[in-house]
Amino acid sequence: MPASVRTPAEAAGTARFWRTVIYVTLIVFAVMYLLPLFVMVVTSFKSLDEVRDGNMLSPPIRFTVEPWRAAWGTACVGVSCEGIAGFFWNSIKMVVPAVAISTLMGAFNGYVLTKWRFPGHRWIFALMLFGCFIPFQVVLVPTAQVLGMLGIANSTAGLVLVHVAYGLGFTTLFFRNYYEAFPNELTRAAMIDGAGFFQIFWRILLPSSGPIIVVTVIFQFTNIWNDFLFGASFAAGNSAPMTVALNNLVNSSTGVKEYNVHMAAAMIAALPTLLVYVIAGRFFVRGLMAGAVKG
Amino acid sequence: MPRRRRATDRTIGWLQAQLPKLVLSPSLAIVLLFVYGFILWTIVLSFSRSRILPVYTFAGFDAYERLWSLPNWYVALQNLAIFGVLYIGLCTLIGLALAILLDQRIRIEGLLRPIYLYPMALSFVVTGTAWKWFLNPGLGLEKTVRAWGWSDFTFDWLVNPDMAIYTIVIAAIWQSSGFVMAMFLAGLRGIDNELIRAAQIDGASPFKLYWRIIIPQLRPAFLSAVIILAHMAVKSYDLVIALTGGGPGNATELPATFMYSYTFTRNQMAVGGASAVIMLMTIAAIIVPYLYAELRADDRAR
Amino acid sequence: MAFLDIRGITKRFGNLDVLKGIDIAVEAGAFLVLVGPSGCGKSTLLNVIAGLDQMTEGEIHINDTCVNTLHPSKRDIAMVFQSYALYPNMTVAQNMAFGLEMRGIAKPARERAVAEVARTLQIEHLLARKPSQLSGGQRQRVAMGRALVRQPQVFLFDEPLSNLDAKLRVEMRTEIKRLHQAMKTTMVYVTHDQIEAMTLATQIAVMKSGEIQQLGTPQEIYTRPANTFVGGFMGSPAMNMITAPIETDAGGAALRLAVEGAGSILLPLGPVQQALAGFTGTSVILGLRPEAITDPDSADRGSRATVSNNCLVEVVEPAGSDTFAVTRLAGVEVIARMRADADVRPGTMAPFTFNMEKAVLFHPETQQRLG
Repeated sequence: MPASVRTPAEAAGTARFWRTVIYVTLIVFAVMYLLPLFVMVVTSFKSLDEVRDGNMLSPPIRFTVEPWRAAWGTACVGVSCEGIAGFFWNSIKMVVPAVAISTLMGAFNGYVLTKWRFPGHRWIFALMLFGCFIPFQVVLVPTAQVLGMLGIANSTAGLVLVHVAYGLGFTTLFFRNYYEAFPNELTRAAMIDGAGFFQIFWRILLPSSGPIIVVTVIFQFTNIWNDFLFGASFAAGNSAPMTVALNNLVNSSTGVKEYNVHMAAAMIAALPTLLVYVIAGRFFVRGLMAGAVKG
Repeated sequence: MPRRRRATDRTIGWLQAQLPKLVLSPSLAIVLLFVYGFILWTIVLSFSRSRILPVYTFAGFDAYERLWSLPNWYVALQNLAIFGVLYIGLCTLIGLALAILLDQRIRIEGLLRPIYLYPMALSFVVTGTAWKWFLNPGLGLEKTVRAWGWSDFTFDWLVNPDMAIYTIVIAAIWQSSGFVMAMFLAGLRGIDNELIRAAQIDGASPFKLYWRIIIPQLRPAFLSAVIILAHMAVKSYDLVIALTGGGPGNATELPATFMYSYTFTRNQMAVGGASAVIMLMTIAAIIVPYLYAELRADDRAR
Repeated sequence: MAFLDIRGITKRFGNLDVLKGIDIAVEAGAFLVLVGPSGCGKSTLLNVIAGLDQMTEGEIHINDTCVNTLHPSKRDIAMVFQSYALYPNMTVAQNMAFGLEMRGIAKPARERAVAEVARTLQIEHLLARKPSQLSGGQRQRVAMGRALVRQPQVFLFDEPLSNLDAKLRVEMRTEIKRLHQAMKTTMVYVTHDQIEAMTLATQIAVMKSGEIQQLGTPQEIYTRPANTFVGGFMGSPAMNMITAPIETDAGGAALRLAVEGAGSILLPLGPVQQALAGFTGTSVILGLRPEAITDPDSADRGSRATVSNNCLVEVVEPAGSDTFAVTRLAGVEVIARMRADADVRPGTMAPFTFNMEKAVLFHPETQQRLG
């Protein structure tokens, strides 16, 4: 029987079959994406014996928060055994100023590049944009040298400087694209009203910048919090950020490997960005897309 | 009577006019130094005799010759090729497939999309740690599958020199494919509906519709995805360190880990610098034409 | 010296001259309209007057003061933009008070000024709202209010009605005219709509490609256009332009036009004969507006130079208040305005009456008006 001559019931049946296939495929993928996280969480609430004897997928038989407490306060990271608490705070001390400064500077840059055009502005934007893409390996040594010269090697301040320097490209990109869409007549009207350079920025542009500020802050927060390379290269000691401490904990522990503590530490490292993602995921995605599709 | 302008008026006027440039200059100065200045510095180092510390004696192409004579470097490049091709290829495929499926008016799309995307919010170190545990030879996947009945199942890729690189591929795809999916989904949603309706009236089957009409329209998304993935592949460092530490041995050496170890632990700063320069050139070869085309298109659209 | 003196304004962009030596003298209290097609330079000229754009050469004087080097906020001008440019994050009251705030005027004085203008424009009930909560017409009024509060010497309008629908546009046009009559402030108004130009202006500058084609009162521009461009641009439907050979006989000069389907017609140039003095060509361009070609009953009884003839009607366009009949003379499409119930049907012959008193003649090569 030719395919076009089918009963409505048959056609509906095929459609339903394919839709089931689609749903099943999507759900299987969802499970695959969730599995590692699930395993991490589950392992972090088990005792070490349970971890060794049992199945990584099975929920804890005897639920315990000991691994979390150990990760936070007593795990050995490098030479000291005071958990990752201190390093968590290091990350916070680094992230907050870095995000604030790079966002503010990016906002001003975007403002200047779109509302106060001067010859060569496109070149300057291109120069800053390219900086987003370089492999950081190619600036590692000079950065270490300069940080040493400035006396801020192995310090949180040094990391803040580095993250601001290499985050400016992205923050400028975000604000520049956003302000580009902002009508020029608004700045002209403000100029006629007598508003100066900064007044136009504070009173007119910034108040309408809510969405892009959120996007930029989330993007920067995620990138800076999750960074490892800069942390490992420029602040390996007491000022190390969370990610470096986690790696040290997991990879250089001698003797018995306390997998549950490792997982708890990984969860602690992951929670801030995961939380931000859950609360403001929409803005997170917008940031990712803005970074991907320029112009 | 015409009003005369005081000297201070003029200076203030001039200052106001220079304000935009003044405000932009700190950022520009920082970028010029930290990006371009430092790149030049590294290039200089790659032509020097630096070992443990920077030494500014000109050594010609010594470091580059040494670089290309090291078997480790070839391992790194080979791994990058394997990793790069699989990572970009599979991420694109999976991302596209998921996006197309999700675009079929799925009721739980709002639930599924964040699930596919959340790995992007994690640090590569966390991802590496999680997968290191997940693929743990004795206690991870292997043990679980055996417990389910397949008692002969082995999964020791993590410690197998030949297969270790593929564990990195798997973890990296898990992390990034959601992002690629998001890009394609946005691209799909941006396609003019009238185009699709016209094709349906023309009698295109669903397969043909996608293959001949929709997917070609996704070219910009493809381009963006490939560029970003390629960029991430070349830069991959965090994930490798966390998942395999470059090992077993040097089985998962990649240019990024190569550079780091040769610069900081093996005291071959010039060679490390040379490898970094090669990495930069590779990325620049991809990014610069892309940026140029994007900025030009931006221009023309204005 | 005029109140607003625009002298020799030239603006160059690389190799392109966007404005080519513009001279306009505007009396105090006048309403100058800059009108022309897109790209003619009218908005650029307005921006130069405002100080938002710099001229390459030339001077602008406002009330005897040269404002060339003055910042826009110091020229004592106010501007109403096409998109209204209302600050989105501020209320209507704050929008209107912003200019005063920037000048350091104290809050009580600001509030008084805003309240007064709000009363004049009848927008008191909108003062606490944000721009996004207003309709197009309301935003327009708020934009005008913001300009009014400044009590400037010169008002500048940059196509303020272009974003409104047709009905609203007519209403706002009347309001602007009423405002001008009440305040007597000098106004410069840019538009591409020639009806706005005609109804609002005391003085019109028709521009094309960076040059002024004609500067004069609406009446002058309409009845004695300086060239075929002005004639064709102002007035809707456009002025009919017909190239025809001159015939001279005992009665004087006349134009012979071929009539579709009925031989030819001879139009005596009696009233405009003087225009041909010194002209040596053999043909001219005859400019005749649709309202000068009518059905015999609607013809101007006061005119002493009307000619009637039957012509073939090609298309009939009933417009409610009039009926437009299209015929063909000398191979050129000609539109005539007939009364609404005139008996004209497409494909039939009908009597057309030509009022030669309203005729304007143009040089066939230079396109300039003769006489």
